Amino acid sequence: MFTKTLCVSAIALATAAAAPAFARDQIKIVGSSTVFPFSTTVAERFGKSTEFKTPVVESTGSGGGLKLFCAGVGEDTPDITNASRRIKESEVKTCAENGVTDIVEAKIGYDGIVLANSKDSDQLSISLGDLFMALAKDVPGEAGETKPNPYTMWNEINPELPAVKIEVLGPPPTSGTRDAFVELAMEGGCKTVDWVNDLKKTDSDAYKTLCHTIREDGVYVEAGENDNLIVQKLQANPDAFGIFGYSFLEQNSDAVQGAMIDGVAPEFELIAEGDYPVSRSLYFYVKKAHVGEVPGIEQFLAEFTSEDAWGEEGYLADKGLIPMTDAEREEGAKAINGLMNLSM
Amino acid sequence: MTDFITPSSQLKSRKSAEKRFQWYGRGAIFASLAFLVVMVGSILYKGSGAFTTTDVAIVVDLGPEAVDPANPQDARFEKIVKDALKARFPEATKRADRRKLYGLVSNDAGFELERFVLANPDKLGGEVRVWFRASDDFDILLKGTVDRTVDESERRLSDQEIGWIDTLLADGDVKRGFNWSFFTNGDSREPELAGILSALVGSALTLLVCFCFSFPVGILAAIYLEEFAPKNRFSDIIEVNINNLAAVPSIVFGLLGLSMLLNTFGMPRSSPLVGGLVLSLMTLPTIIIAARASLRAVPPSIREAALGMGASPVQATFHHVAPLALPGIMTGTIVGMAQALGETAPLLMIGMVAFIVDVPQSILEPATALPVQIFLWADAPERAFLEKTSAAIIVLLLFLITMNLLAIVLRRRFEKRF
Repeated sequence: MFTKTLCVSAIALATAAAAPAFARDQIKIVGSSTVFPFSTTVAERFGKSTEFKTPVVESTGSGGGLKLFCAGVGEDTPDITNASRRIKESEVKTCAENGVTDIVEAKIGYDGIVLANSKDSDQLSISLGDLFMALAKDVPGEAGETKPNPYTMWNEINPELPAVKIEVLGPPPTSGTRDAFVELAMEGGCKTVDWVNDLKKTDSDAYKTLCHTIREDGVYVEAGENDNLIVQKLQANPDAFGIFGYSFLEQNSDAVQGAMIDGVAPEFELIAEGDYPVSRSLYFYVKKAHVGEVPGIEQFLAEFTSEDAWGEEGYLADKGLIPMTDAEREEGAKAINGLMNLSM
Repeated sequence: MTDFITPSSQLKSRKSAEKRFQWYGRGAIFASLAFLVVMVGSILYKGSGAFTTTDVAIVVDLGPEAVDPANPQDARFEKIVKDALKARFPEATKRADRRKLYGLVSNDAGFELERFVLANPDKLGGEVRVWFRASDDFDILLKGTVDRTVDESERRLSDQEIGWIDTLLADGDVKRGFNWSFFTNGDSREPELAGILSALVGSALTLLVCFCFSFPVGILAAIYLEEFAPKNRFSDIIEVNINNLAAVPSIVFGLLGLSMLLNTFGMPRSSPLVGGLVLSLMTLPTIIIAARASLRAVPPSIREAALGMGASPVQATFHHVAPLALPGIMTGTIVGMAQALGETAPLLMIGMVAFIVDVPQSILEPATALPVQIFLWADAPERAFLEKTSAAIIVLLLFLITMNLLAIVLRRRFEKRF
């Protein structure tokens, strides 16, 4: 009897709500886990301050989000996707093949990637070149030669670095943070070797393999996507370093400290001004065909691009987003609210 | 007689082997209990903070200039709160200091005041003392999570902010209370506002769908296979496959859900309907196996007696065998459902790992589930989400215990002895 009542009421519930469920009245957002905290904050404020429903925000990763986004136009596909990197040519092409031709690009701010260790140890100051030497699978030797990474101690790379074992905890390859770290820090350090920089023009595949491959001999430990876990492990092991986003450094400033990279500390102003070398732009993309079909998208964009949100003193800055300059914001807000098409 | 090999020594070694084994057993039980105590203890210790909140009283000006009595909803509530804070601590004059000052109360304070004004229109027209939810940093300072003795540069709250908090405390403008909003709110990006309700309702709806699908299907399959199906190679293959299915990693079912339910049938993404169907694929083998085992445990004499009295096989099964097997079937079902309750991997694929504020009203609306909520909070940068994570685990454990209790009660009620 119990079962019957339960199931009958479930079916009743389902049919009662079946009518409105197909005309979607709620914005759907997917994408990067780095942008997730910012996107959800805006979504929540938007839900509270307007008569529209709070958008549903899914954390699928940048690549996964764009895949869903580009799957087509229609109710079942997301309206907006977040990305911690710019959309690729190939993704624009996939989008176009599936009928998603008009895309609005919104750059929302910056995020710094930090190399941090426990406050119980000394602050590290390292150049990008040395950082690359510590983490690459193969390191460049004399002109044109590469050898498997021989370094196990920081001071073997550069006598000025501390005499401790190299141990770095970082995100796995599925993570957008890892992609950005490889592109900005690893490649940035790799390029500092002259012959490698020349290699880029002659053999870009070899260049990519050399510069983008992180060592797999246990020195770089893949610590999962959970940055809180990395912070906890750093507290337990003062000799280890961790790689994560700036917002986690800011929230845990009593426990961990960021290393100076090329002489620049990972501080809010320095990242905002572009002095800190390992910082990336964060984006979201809007499907223009859905604007007007799903209610509230335009208002959501207006909320996101308001000074209260992404401004220098907006609530997103409190959440760790590093705002763009005044000029960039002004121009961005115009383009986004005017629904300008993406140009690669 | 004298040829016995020293019986006393043999007996002694047998007895001591017995004793040793008992001690091993006790040791094993002790070890598992110790793990349980450590786990539950640390979760309770970390999560207990989430059940209290901090509120701050601030005198706000609700005079006719600030709030128009004719149209109270048009007032700029956020500004009123900020002005009130400025009036309370006039020494904050620089922009940076004012930002810190505004950070004492939750981000939600403006909305809170709006709700207060709309609910109490009679309070308009003068200065009113209103309670606001304190911010997460304020809250965890009072809970002692933040060490205030460390150097100022190394903590989130500056000496100035701690000074304000101490002044408020000394003036009796701070109160601590039970965190009801944890059970009445949906998810939020502000730790002090985040609640478990939407995840709890999402989990309940998902399990409801899962139960309604897997229970009848599972029982019918089990009864047919056990009581009616001919024993041949074909039924052997089915049996082997059901057993294998029970061991398939759950993410595979998630992928199946994505390609079949979402892409082929076009069911709504992130909905408990899809979540429940995917999870029921996972619980079905568990239910079938448990149901078959308990049907097999019903003594054959019952069946034979019923058949002997002229009952048809269907009557014998449904009137006599199935009711006796029901307690075992229910236990199996609850075990399967408990497994489903803790699953996140398949939900990831079908979009239930999402930030959802609104409490789902039906099985077609977007929803999330308890384990997903734990996962999302564990991943959030704000320090105050640490205790929320543990509190959500406590709620999940309570949900599980309730389900298990239900299983025991149902068993007691239906159990029959021969």
